[in-house]
Amino acid sequence: MAALGAPLRTLRALLRELRHAAGRSYRDSPAYRHVLAAFRAHRVRAEKLCRAQQELHFQAATYLCLLRSVREHEALHREYHGKGERSAQEVAGLVGFRLPQQPGGKG
Amino acid sequence: GRRAYAPPAERKRFYQNVSISQGEGGFEINLDHRKLKTPQAKLFTVPSEALAIAVATEWDSQKDTIKFYTMHLTTLCNTALDNPTQRNKTQLIRAAVKFLETDTVCYRVEEPPALAELQKNEWDPVVAWAEKRYNVTIGSSTSILGPNIPASTKETFVSHLASYNMWALQGIEFVITQLKSLILSMSLIDRHITVEKAVLLSRLEEEYQIRRWGNVEWAHDYDLCELRARTAAGTLFVHLCSESSTVKHKLLQD
Repeated sequence: MAALGAPLRTLRALLRELRHAAGRSYRDSPAYRHVLAAFRAHRVRAEKLCRAQQELHFQAATYLCLLRSVREHEALHREYHGKGERSAQEVAGLVGFRLPQQPGGKG
Repeated sequence: GRRAYAPPAERKRFYQNVSISQGEGGFEINLDHRKLKTPQAKLFTVPSEALAIAVATEWDSQKDTIKFYTMHLTTLCNTALDNPTQRNKTQLIRAAVKFLETDTVCYRVEEPPALAELQKNEWDPVVAWAEKRYNVTIGSSTSILGPNIPASTKETFVSHLASYNMWALQGIEFVITQLKSLILSMSLIDRHITVEKAVLLSRLEEEYQIRRWGNVEWAHDYDLCELRARTAAGTLFVHLCSESSTVKHKLLQD
């Protein structure tokens, strides 16, 4: 089994990511409830883990990695792909022009 | 073709509530009153409740625009349901095992010595693990043709992969194409290493070059995060589709 650290630490981090994804009503979200219920049912603690508990912990760590990586990837995407999308007006303004006003709209 | 199957990159969020319901075929996703469909207009149904919850979470986390490129679990489910490449189980397994011939961890360099050493230290243990776990010979090679994988080794992996259902296999094949390694994928799926470790091992040469020569920082992190996200999604997908509670489900009887 992979070295995963303390299960409760994984759980806390995972719940934090879910809060981030869900917004204000995170406690009611199916994912939040499901994860908590799974950990309670398996009573995942810091002591020696049985196989089912280890598998649950691995799953939680994998899901945590997914949520975290998607969030980080999206932030990077916004930062480096999102900027620079200016309207025609903004671009015109940058070089000191104004867009022409055509009566009746564009031909 | 492949391009025809790809959805638009983004679109406005058009729904308020996301919910899950249980239908005849499995668990369905509802966007307000609408049932989610696949790109080929099939009803979106998944065999595992936990998977449905994770998919619902992807949809509910979208803010103003739906960023399809971040919704990896949804994409994996769509692939399992639509099977756009029209491959059957045998073909999927063959494609997966074929990767062994060009497996990242089996291809070694001789120069520079520092990289050769790094590959030996980081990759030898995972190859040794796979050889022990599956009772096979794999080895590694500095030849441009790669290692000579015995037929019996390939047969063992074919046999092992055949024990997975079609959904899980789609996930496994996906992880293999992301990591470019059957061995790293099996190590991950067998829970011997974490996703972070698997990705690091997959990108060992890149990481080495970056440390040597520096990098365009954001490009590196961008690729790294994307690979982690996809690999994590694939792994989670495989496990959720393989759990005994899930396997009983009709959708997975193949």
